[in-house]
Amino acid sequence: MKLSTSDVEYVAKLARLEVTEAEKEKFTAQLNDILLYIDQLNELDTQGVAPMTHAIAVTNAFREDKIEESLGTQKALANAPDARGEFFRVPKVIE
Amino acid sequence: MELYSLTIHELQEKIKNGDVSAMQLAESVFSRIDAVEERVHSYVRLMKDEALAAAAIADENIKKGDIQPLTGIPVALKDIVCTQGITTTCGSHILYNFVPPYNATVVEKLRDAGALFVGKANMDEFAMGSSTETSYFGPTRNPWDLQRIPGGSSGGSATAVAADECIASIGSDTGGSIRQPAALCGIVGMKPTYGRVSRFGLIAFASSLDQIGPFTKDVEDCAIMMNVLAGYDPKESTSVKVEVPDYRQYVGRDIKGFKVGIPKEYFIEGIDPEVSLAVKKAIEVIEKCGGQCIDISLPHTQYSVAVYYIIAPAEASSNLARYDGVKYGFRVADARDLAEMYQKTRMQGFGAEVKRRIMIGTYALSAGYYDAYYGKASQVRALIRQDFDKAFKQCDIIITPTTPTPAFKIGEKTDDPLQMYLSDIFTISTNLAGIPGISVPCGFTAAGLPIGVQFLAGHFEEGKLLQIASAYEKNAAIEKRRPAL
Repeated sequence: MKLSTSDVEYVAKLARLEVTEAEKEKFTAQLNDILLYIDQLNELDTQGVAPMTHAIAVTNAFREDKIEESLGTQKALANAPDARGEFFRVPKVIE
Repeated sequence: MELYSLTIHELQEKIKNGDVSAMQLAESVFSRIDAVEERVHSYVRLMKDEALAAAAIADENIKKGDIQPLTGIPVALKDIVCTQGITTTCGSHILYNFVPPYNATVVEKLRDAGALFVGKANMDEFAMGSSTETSYFGPTRNPWDLQRIPGGSSGGSATAVAADECIASIGSDTGGSIRQPAALCGIVGMKPTYGRVSRFGLIAFASSLDQIGPFTKDVEDCAIMMNVLAGYDPKESTSVKVEVPDYRQYVGRDIKGFKVGIPKEYFIEGIDPEVSLAVKKAIEVIEKCGGQCIDISLPHTQYSVAVYYIIAPAEASSNLARYDGVKYGFRVADARDLAEMYQKTRMQGFGAEVKRRIMIGTYALSAGYYDAYYGKASQVRALIRQDFDKAFKQCDIIITPTTPTPAFKIGEKTDDPLQMYLSDIFTISTNLAGIPGISVPCGFTAAGLPIGVQFLAGHFEEGKLLQIASAYEKNAAIEKRRPAL
């Protein structure tokens, strides 16, 4: 076993996911299966291989620094579960 | 022959000649939807009012002689591409009420080309799945056997074309999500080169792998769709400034002298014997057309699924951090503070497969594990790409089965994520390398399930893919069967 139930709890917390007791058990078993499968990568000697991050060689994409139309506050807030005035509203942050 | 059963190029002729109006065509497609949609469930949302209004405008334009490449053609959109003013859910509860304030670039391009939109097609939640069973809105069924999955994640886009509920459709492919369902539903599906089609307005799953592409009834239609979709987009920083050829001119060209590589790693034990036989017959057809088939090796193929299930979840865990119940989508009602609101919203908003992948990705990127997982996977990804670079020095095209088996039963693999992941074993390395691929129908099993053959080419060689696919399609003369719905 690579992952214990408490590891799963920790990772869930990092990912801001609440998991139920039943999910915890199930995920622990399934994630271990998957990680065990992924372990086959260790058969390969990759020393000195440059990691690949882009499928196509890309450079930074710049555009001219001129002002273009933006979304606007009303449209940006239109999908908000809770908005007031020009702001997104959330439950309290500080105790 | 009903209008809904025709191809784009057949309909283009009829529309141009005035034999058919856009309104007649739209009505034909919606009557077909009325007849079969309840059984197939291709769509999460129909856009009938918008489509009929667009058809009326198309007919006005036709009268004026203004005919674009897709004028009046009813197209379905995977519910992962943003449509301005039309709810876009990505198969997820967490986006159940999201109404995008803008259109994806492909939506703009299709509209400018005259297409009308039939509806938003069902998909695995956030495109994470190979069967369309992880959709919050329920599974889509394979029109060839309603007890079986259509493939995924673009299952609804594939069945909408296969069941004649549209003429062509748009999907997205991160590890096979266009080619695999195309194969399992008996239609043509292309994943273009990474950067060939703009991802602006495509809801992100794994940004270094995602690519938009078409589903069509034949290869010529695929070329017509690619002519509309391909091209640089200043709004998308990974779209590439490489000239777009007229893809249609590759259709019908012969392939004499083409070198076609057969990678031994794709013809392994465990592949369904009927699939293996159908692809071997396809190789014979290619040889008869003048293709020169040679044995090649892609030695790191067996590692592609393992690499993918680090890279894709890692990118997804980062991309999906935006779903926090603040700016759009679902939010739980009764959270006491912000942290609880995040956790409960994401717990209730995401399905099990999405959570599983967020967890794998978060773990693989977490302190102490990054090098062992993400770093290692990125290195092996480079080796997989090098395999292809070497292979394309020996051959023009690579031929493989698209999937190891025909469509499996609904529910068969839902409890075993690893088995589900392995159903993409022949499509995943394409995305890791960023090269284009196409799946074309190559026959049926004895039970009547479609089988697909896959062609792969080097970066930006979509033309060559269409050339060999059309030569194959013409000479193989696969029986033009339609699902009995």
